[in-house]
Amino acid sequence: MAELFEIDNLQIAFRKEDGTPVQIVKGVSFKVKAGQVVALIGESGSGKSTISLATMAYCRPGLHFPGGEVRLHGKDVLAMDPQDQRSIRGNKVAYLAQSAAATFNPAITIGEQVTEAAVLHGTLTQEEANKRAVDLYRALELPDPDRLGKRYPHQVSGGQLQRLMAAMALVSGPDLLVLDEPTTALDVTTQIEVLKAFKKVIKDEGSAAIYVTHDLAVVAQVADHIVVLYSGEIQEQGPTDQIINNPKHPYTKRLMAAVKPTPKAGMGEELDEEHQREIPNVEVKNMTAGYGGIVNGKPAITVLRDINVKIRNSHVVGVIGESGCGKSTLARVIAGLLPAAKGEVFLDGKKLEADLKNRSKQELQKLQFVYQMADTALNPRQVISDILGRPLEFYQGFTGTERREKVAELLRLVELPVEFENRYPSELSGGQKQRINMARALAANPEVMLCDEVTSALDSIVSSNVIKLLKKLRDATGVSFVFISHDLSTVGSFADEIVVLYAGRVVEQGPVDEVLAPPYHPYTRLLISSVPELRVGWLEETMQKREMAVGIARGVEITDTGCPFYNRCPIAIEGTCNVEIAPTREPHPDHFISCHRTMEEISEAENAPQQVLHGFEKAAPKGDKAAAAAL
Amino acid sequence: MTDTSQAAEIENDQETTIYDELPDAPPKKQLKLTWTGKLGVGVVAFWVIMVFIGPYIAPYDQAEILDMDSYLPPGAPIDGGGTHWLGSDKNERDILSRIMWGARMTVGISFVATLLAYLMGVTAGIAAAVKKGWTDMILSRINDAILSLPTIMLGLLIVVALGSSIPILIGTAAVIYASSVYRIARAYGQEIMVMDYVESAQARGETIWWIIFREVLPNAAMPLATDFGLRLVFVVLFISSLSFLGLGIQPPDADWGSMVRSNLEAMQFAEGWGVLAPIWPALAIASFTIAINLIVDDISAKSGGDLAKKMI
Repeated sequence: MAELFEIDNLQIAFRKEDGTPVQIVKGVSFKVKAGQVVALIGESGSGKSTISLATMAYCRPGLHFPGGEVRLHGKDVLAMDPQDQRSIRGNKVAYLAQSAAATFNPAITIGEQVTEAAVLHGTLTQEEANKRAVDLYRALELPDPDRLGKRYPHQVSGGQLQRLMAAMALVSGPDLLVLDEPTTALDVTTQIEVLKAFKKVIKDEGSAAIYVTHDLAVVAQVADHIVVLYSGEIQEQGPTDQIINNPKHPYTKRLMAAVKPTPKAGMGEELDEEHQREIPNVEVKNMTAGYGGIVNGKPAITVLRDINVKIRNSHVVGVIGESGCGKSTLARVIAGLLPAAKGEVFLDGKKLEADLKNRSKQELQKLQFVYQMADTALNPRQVISDILGRPLEFYQGFTGTERREKVAELLRLVELPVEFENRYPSELSGGQKQRINMARALAANPEVMLCDEVTSALDSIVSSNVIKLLKKLRDATGVSFVFISHDLSTVGSFADEIVVLYAGRVVEQGPVDEVLAPPYHPYTRLLISSVPELRVGWLEETMQKREMAVGIARGVEITDTGCPFYNRCPIAIEGTCNVEIAPTREPHPDHFISCHRTMEEISEAENAPQQVLHGFEKAAPKGDKAAAAAL
Repeated sequence: MTDTSQAAEIENDQETTIYDELPDAPPKKQLKLTWTGKLGVGVVAFWVIMVFIGPYIAPYDQAEILDMDSYLPPGAPIDGGGTHWLGSDKNERDILSRIMWGARMTVGISFVATLLAYLMGVTAGIAAAVKKGWTDMILSRINDAILSLPTIMLGLLIVVALGSSIPILIGTAAVIYASSVYRIARAYGQEIMVMDYVESAQARGETIWWIIFREVLPNAAMPLATDFGLRLVFVVLFISSLSFLGLGIQPPDADWGSMVRSNLEAMQFAEGWGVLAPIWPALAIASFTIAINLIVDDISAKSGGDLAKKMI
């Protein structure tokens, strides 16, 4: 009997302007058995997405298939006529794109979009499809499955939308599911919930899946078989256990080396006393900020509330939290891009104007902002020497040969060849652009660099290189960093101090070793335990834990009073936590935790993880009610 | 890549390994025209050459009356020797010569008018995008008012009120078309103003002039240049329409639009192939405008098609 799905010596190529063919995928072969999950892993540019699209005999415009076969139930889909190929797409083979937000049409209800493919292909009638969709919502543990279909995409959260996309793909009962980086853009806490749902539904449905990602730790949780790709060629393939525990190929080993360590105490850097000064470099005092008109020091939409943060000379302060918690806003307020509604920002002990328009050139020079997306942060019409040269000229008055020398020096500092000075940003890779992005901030000779998610858009190998570079830069220049990320392991490996933000409030802050060691704020604990570990079976183990059952799948509520984490907290005290603002406790000097529970109570809860504590029973039904009320 | 070379890389220090990051940037695309685009370039180049040398190589003067009969068919001999290759018009002038002369008027005036329209439209549009607030409000409302008036009617009004002369024609066309240029320039400006690199320049403390000339304009230049071609076509048609109505270029100066109009009655009265008299200048207008469209289509197809959507 033929295999369910088989790719045999697949080649994909395009022709350059002058007619010379360029191979992107160079003879790739692998098989997917029924009920099996095969992971394709590799960096961007390795051809993994191109291969995943080829499963439906589709390739991007300009590409073609010079050779090879893609067999579904023994039949080559590449050789089929277009009509037969169309009958396979979305029906026998279903594709899940990376961004659910871009996949759903905001003007059509979820139910209609989820059932569309099955009805279109005539696999199911509308009623059958609706019924099946509801079953899938239930299997994917989505809230209020019976009425979910009537909602519009903007009325559900990002993680829910991602799971709905899985429902959309599964509704016609495909033989093969292709998932292209489905959790890459998600927060760890959301990722774990989506992964769990995917894994369950793939098992229940018995369909085979191809899972495309660059994250080995995720692969270890979901895949049965791993295919490692580099530059369109298979480097190594084998069962998950073997690849994870006993990788043979050097490239696989390199990928493993780039996997971020689990955040834990002891990963922080030693604080260098040499650079210390009395005055903190930047200090934020009682700051409240948000968007919309400001009335009585309160913006229409509050994003940050009563923030107090110090960034000492030559220190790295990591800011961590889920998306929407106000991390980027904090950096934007410090940079003056968003004037605060209330509170002050001090630079070297001197109060800064809220709006950057009123700040002096020297103040602007000392605070440099590094954007997340190097693609949009670098002017595509300026060559690198202009991009780097301008701040040199503008702040420090370097011109002519002196400016050229300084540009070359900066390029060497960020480990790029000097010849790059004549290139445009579009001629660089993602990691190289990010280096230029940081070099531009360095060109101003700043005291503080505000890095907003600078590694989030990069592959694991590239991002670990960028982190190494940042460490080197800090040691070489003595610059302080505010390092914003939703990735706790990245922050943990680079920062000296961590600020944990939740719903616009600081819930915990202190030196890395203390924040990443007990006692934790319950939210910090949830974050830490949500970071995938590079071992098989981690997901199942983690889902057993108590805080997961409570903390996941609850919406973030921005509250005016009480603790914002109340509805996700396993140790919440009803009548206290939801009413009063949590007191700030200081278990160690400079380590602050905002919680109603005393440190002893927190430690006690941590030592008895399986025991259902007071507050858990209440938190769960409350969340369901809230979800129902939202409808 | 072989196993050994890769292994060697991994052994190596950070310094070497970072360079083999896979490039995710696409190879730089060079603008290469398809055959339709090349045809367009050829036709446009032909007319541009005519603008400069047309009157010198034309067999006769644009105003020279050559025969006793009007609407002679193409190829008819001229009394004093020579041939009307494209026939003669109502006033017994040589159509081929007039088309060659007319290129200077039609294409030249349109080009100057479009250039002026661009100067006004882009300046105001970018100013509105950069300054935002009240500046944008005032400029946009004035612009909406101009846009709401039918172009030909507005043109007729201005020309009737001020009299028809070449400077007035150019000015009228420029003002009318500046309003649509303003729209596009403002839209592009706004799109670029929210880019991180502009914010980064603002955060650096750059002046508004730096932001306009170094950050915004270079990025708007390519789409605006493509739009320039399209806008030029509209201006050619506008001036031809005014001439057709008798309010554009005044006789005896040759202009393609007025040539169509003055020879229109040939359709009724001329004998034989003399009926083609209004067709020749119409063909000249069509060939020039279609050729420009072919080029614009080609360029916008290369730039991903999103350019074409924003136009018009």
